[in-house]
Amino acid sequence: MILMILILVLLFGGIAAGFSGRMNTMLPRWISVGAIAINLFISLWMAAQPNTNSSPWLLQLKLNWIPSFGISFHLALDGISLLMIILTFFLGIIAVAISWNEIHFRVGFFHFNLLWVLAGITGVFLTMDLFLFYFFWEVMLIPMYFLIGIWGHENRQYAAYKFFIFTQASGLLMLMSIIALYFVHGQATDQYTFNYFDLLGTSMNKQTAQWIMLGFLAAFVVKLPVIPFHTWLPDAHTEAPTAGSLILAGLLLKTGAYGLIRFILPLFPEQSAAIAPVAMALGVTGIVYGAVQAYGQTDLKRLIAYSSVSHMGFVMLGVFALTEIALQGVVMQMITHGISTGALFIIAGLLYERIRTRDVTQMGGFWKSIPVASVITLIFAMASLGLPGLGNFVAEFLTLIGSWSANKTMTLIATIGIVFATAYSLRIMQKVFLGKSRLEHHQSLADLTARERLILLPLVIVIILLGVHPQPAIDLAKDGLQKTLNREFQAPKEPKIINPNYQTLTVPATEKGVHHE
Amino acid sequence: MKDFLWLIPTLPFLGACILIISGNANLPRRAVSIVGCGSVGAAAILTIVIMIDFLTTGQIPEYTVIVNWFSVDNLSVPIALHLDTLSLVFVFVITFVGFLIHVYSIEFMHHDESFARFFAYLNLFVSAMLMLVLADSLILMYLGWEGVGLCSYLLIGFWYEEEKNGYAARKAFIITRIGDTALAVGLFMLFAELGTLRIQDILTLAPQQWATGSTTPVTICLLLLGGAVGKSAQFPLQTWLPDAMAGPSPVSALIHAATMVTAGVYLIARMNGLYVLAPQAQLWVGIVGAITLLIAGCSALTQYDLKRVLAYSTISQIGYMFLALGIGAWSSAVFHFMIHAFFKALLFLAAGAVIMALHHEHDMFKMGGLRKQMPAVFATFLIGSASLAALPLISAGFYSKDQIIWLSFASQQSNIWFFLAAVVGAFITAIYTFRMVFLTFYGEAKTSVSHMPGNLITQPLVILAVLALFAGFIELPHTFGHVTLFSDLFSTTLPPVTLRPNVESHEWIIQTSTGLLTLVGIAMAYYFYVIQPKIADDIHASTIETHRFWYAGWRFDSLYDAIIVKPILFFARVNKHDFIDKLYSALVELSEMMSALFSRSQNGILRWYIMGIVAGAVIIITFTLIITP
Repeated sequence: MILMILILVLLFGGIAAGFSGRMNTMLPRWISVGAIAINLFISLWMAAQPNTNSSPWLLQLKLNWIPSFGISFHLALDGISLLMIILTFFLGIIAVAISWNEIHFRVGFFHFNLLWVLAGITGVFLTMDLFLFYFFWEVMLIPMYFLIGIWGHENRQYAAYKFFIFTQASGLLMLMSIIALYFVHGQATDQYTFNYFDLLGTSMNKQTAQWIMLGFLAAFVVKLPVIPFHTWLPDAHTEAPTAGSLILAGLLLKTGAYGLIRFILPLFPEQSAAIAPVAMALGVTGIVYGAVQAYGQTDLKRLIAYSSVSHMGFVMLGVFALTEIALQGVVMQMITHGISTGALFIIAGLLYERIRTRDVTQMGGFWKSIPVASVITLIFAMASLGLPGLGNFVAEFLTLIGSWSANKTMTLIATIGIVFATAYSLRIMQKVFLGKSRLEHHQSLADLTARERLILLPLVIVIILLGVHPQPAIDLAKDGLQKTLNREFQAPKEPKIINPNYQTLTVPATEKGVHHE
Repeated sequence: MKDFLWLIPTLPFLGACILIISGNANLPRRAVSIVGCGSVGAAAILTIVIMIDFLTTGQIPEYTVIVNWFSVDNLSVPIALHLDTLSLVFVFVITFVGFLIHVYSIEFMHHDESFARFFAYLNLFVSAMLMLVLADSLILMYLGWEGVGLCSYLLIGFWYEEEKNGYAARKAFIITRIGDTALAVGLFMLFAELGTLRIQDILTLAPQQWATGSTTPVTICLLLLGGAVGKSAQFPLQTWLPDAMAGPSPVSALIHAATMVTAGVYLIARMNGLYVLAPQAQLWVGIVGAITLLIAGCSALTQYDLKRVLAYSTISQIGYMFLALGIGAWSSAVFHFMIHAFFKALLFLAAGAVIMALHHEHDMFKMGGLRKQMPAVFATFLIGSASLAALPLISAGFYSKDQIIWLSFASQQSNIWFFLAAVVGAFITAIYTFRMVFLTFYGEAKTSVSHMPGNLITQPLVILAVLALFAGFIELPHTFGHVTLFSDLFSTTLPPVTLRPNVESHEWIIQTSTGLLTLVGIAMAYYFYVIQPKIADDIHASTIETHRFWYAGWRFDSLYDAIIVKPILFFARVNKHDFIDKLYSALVELSEMMSALFSRSQNGILRWYIMGIVAGAVIIITFTLIITP
C-alpha cells in the first residue's frame, strides 16, 4: 500500500498544485515540496528498515486491474528500486527548490507537470506489470514534453518535439515487444498475462527472443542514451528549464539504465549475453565520443549534456559486462551521475539567471566574485572526472574493474575515456571560473544566496558521502543484482510480504484512482 | 604510538578542510598560518616520534585498519594504512620538508590575497601524498595518487588570472592522468589475476602464482611503470613538469621535492616483489631512467629561466632514481630520493627568494652578482647546487648519486649503457648546475635587489642546507668509511642488490673518476660563464639548432600537439554540431520533401485527379497482364 501512496501523493499533489496556481503562485511550490518531502521521508524510512526477508523484495502490492487481459496493478520494491526512488524524491525536491525564482508564469501548471513526471518515474521504478510499466513510461513523457516546450529556452519547441518523437518512437517499439511477449507467453502456457514474474523464463525460440528484446532495448537505449540515438539529449537538456534538465539528466536517463537491469537482463539472459560485445562497444564509443563532443561545445548546458552521454556509456559497458561488481558500479553510476550532473546543470542555471547567457566564451574569471559557487563547481567537476573520494569514482572504478574480466579491450578504451573526461571537466573550470575576469560587461555578479546554498549543499554532502562510504547503497542493491545475474529472479513470496488488508481493497476504487487522475 | 598513525594524513586534511570552509576573508593571516603549518608540523612531530620509537625498539606498526571503504563480491577495499621502513622514509620527507615549505610560504605568500586558499591546497597536497605512501591497498593509493594530481592542478594554476598558468595546470593534470590510465588498467589486471588489491597480499601471492619472467607480471609491471612515468615526469610523459613552474615557488618545491614526482619512485619501490618477477619490465624502468636523465640534462643546459633549469634537473635526477630501480638498487633509489628532496627543496626555495627579490625576474641572464647582495641565499643555494652536482666528499648528493653510478657499473642487472648514461649524466649535471650558480650569483648585478628575505625564509633554507650537506653521512661507500645506516633500514622491506662477481676492486676507480668528472664539469662552467663568457656565446651561436631543440625539451610538446592534441581538437571543433544528428535531420527533411511532393498532388483540380485514376488503372492493368500468364 505504501508503494501506491508514493504514486498517489505525487498524482494528487500535482492536481492540487495545478489548481492552486490560479489562486496564488506560492501555493503550488509549497504543495510540491510537501508532497515530495512526504515521499522522501517514507522512502528513507523504508531504507532504514532492516530486510529480514530471504527474498530481495522488500514490499509488494498486487491488485487486479483488467483481469480479462491479465493486467494487474502490480508494484514491488527491491533495493535497486528503493535507491532509485530515493534519488527521485531527493532530486525532485531540489527541482522544485531550484525553480522557485526561475519559473514566473503558469506556475501551477509547471508544478503539475513536474509532479506528474516524478509520478511517472516512480511508477516506472516500481511496476512489475509490463502493461502498467508502459503506462508509466508514457506518463513520464508527456509532462516532460510540456516542461521543455513551455518553460524552456529560446529553441524549446524544436527540442521538445525532438525529445517527444525519439522517446515515443522507441517507446512504441517497446509496446510492440510487450504485446509480442504477452502472446508468445500466452500461446506457450495458455496463461495470458502481463505480469513480469510470470513472463520471466518464457520459453521461446532464439529468433523471437532476439526480436522481442530489441524492441525493449530500443526504448532503453534511446532513453539512456546510447550512441547513435543520443542526439535528442543535447537539445532537450540545453533547452529545458533548470528543473527540467535536472530531472532529465538525473532521473529520466536512469529509467533507461533501470530498464536494462530490470527487464533486459532477467527476461532475455541468453540474448543479452549474445549482444554483449556490441552493446559494450556502443557504450565505449559513447564514452569517448560524448567526451570529445563535450570538449567541443561552447554552450555550458550542451557541454554538460554531452558529458552525460559519456557517463551513460559506462552504464552500457557495465550492464553488459554481466558481473556483479560491474552492475554495482552501474547502480552507483546511476545515483552519482544523477547528483553530479544535476548539480552542474543547477550551476549552469544559476549562472544563466545572473548573466543571461550559457555561452562559455563570454564567461571567465568568475572565481573572485563567486568563490562559493566556484568551489562547489570544482567539486562537481572533479566528481565528473572521477576523482577518488567522490561518488563517481566508486561507480566508474567498480564498472571498469568489473568489466575487465568480461572484455579487456573495451575496458581499456573506457579507461582511456577518463582522460577525455578530465579534459572537458577542467575546461568548464577554466572557461567559467578561471582566467582573466570578464566581468566588466556585467559588473555585478552575486555569489550564491542562502536558498541556493541550501540547494547545493545537500548535493555536495551526498556526493562526498557516496565517495567515502558507499557501502549502504551497495548493500541495498546487492541482493537484487545477485539474483539477476544468477537468473534466480523470482516473484516475492506472496503471503509473507503482502499485508492481507491490502487485498481487501476493492478493485474498482483503484481503477478509478488510476484512470481518472 | 602506532595507534596515532591515522592522524598523520588526517591532520593536514583537517587543516585543509578548516581553511576551505572558513573561506578567504574570515580568518586572519596569523590563524591561517597556524592552522596550515601547525597541521603539517604536528604530523611531522608524530612521524619523528614514531621514527624514534622504531629506532629504539625496532618495532614498527604493520598496519591499522580504520574502516571499510567498500566491498562488492570478492573485491573488498578497506581504508587501511601500512607503515614499514619504506613508507616511513617517505612520510618523514613529506612531513618534514613539507613543513619547512609551509613555514617558508608564510612569508613568501604574505601579500597574496588568496593566502588561505594557498594553505588549504598545500595542506591537501601533503595529505594526499601521505595517503599515497601509507595506503595499504592499491585503490587507496590511487586515491592519494589522484588527490596529488588534483592538488598539483590547483596549485600550478594558483594564480588563475594568467591564461598560461591555467594551461600549465591542465597540462599537468591531463598528462599525469594519461599515466594513471595505465596504472588503473594495471590494477584491473592485478585484481583479475590475484583477486586482491592489498599490497602485502599481492606481494605474497605473486611469487606463488607466476614464474619469473612470465607475461602477466611483465605486463602488469609495465602498466604500473606507465603510471609511474606520468606522475614522476619521466620519458615519454615528462613534458608537464617544466611548465608546472607556473605555480608559486613553494609549490614547485613541494611538487619536486617532497611530493608528487617521487610518487612513481615510491610505487615501483613498493611493488618491488612484482618487478623481481618481471626482469624485462625492470629493464624498461632502467631504460626510461637512463633516457630521461640524459634528455632532461641536455635541456637543462640550455634554459634561461632559473626555475626551468631546476625543473629539468628534477626530471633528470628522478631519472637516476628510475635507473637505480631498474638495476635492482632499491635502497639506493630511496636514498637518492631523500637526499634529492633536501637539496631540491632548498634550491627551489632559494630560487624563490631570488626571484622575489628581483621583482619576479626569472631569467638568469638578467640576474648576476647576487653573491654579495644576498649572502645567506647564496650560501645555501651553493650548498644545494653542490649536492645536486654531487661535489665529491663534502656534499650529501655525492654519496647518494655515487652509489647509483657505482651500482650501474657493478649490479648484475645493469649494463654498460646504463653506466655510461649515469656517468655522462653526472658530468652534464655538474655543468648546468654551476652554469646556473655562476649566472645568478657571479658577474655583475643586472637587476637591483628590492626585497631581502626575512627569517621565515632563511631559516628553512639553513635547515635544508645542513641536511643537504650532512645527510649523506648516514650511508658511506665501502671504500670510504662503510656506513650502512640507511640501507640497513630496508633489510626486510627491499631486496638487496646483487653484484657481478669480482667488481669490488673497481669501486674506488669509478668513484675517483666520476668525482673528477664532476670537478671538470664545474671548472668548465666556471670557465665558460665567469672567465670567458664570450666562448659560451660562440658555442651557443655555432650550435643554435641543437640549442633550440634542447631548449624546447626535445620538441616533445610539438610532437604530441601534432599527433594527438590537434587531431582531437580539430574533430571536436568540426563536429561541434554532431554529424550523427545530421542523419536524423536528413530523415526529417526527406519526410518533409515527400510530404511536399504528395501534397502537391492534392491540388483540387478535377482533371488531375481523373488523370491520376486513369494512369493508375493503366499501370495496374498492365502489371496484371504481365504477371498472369
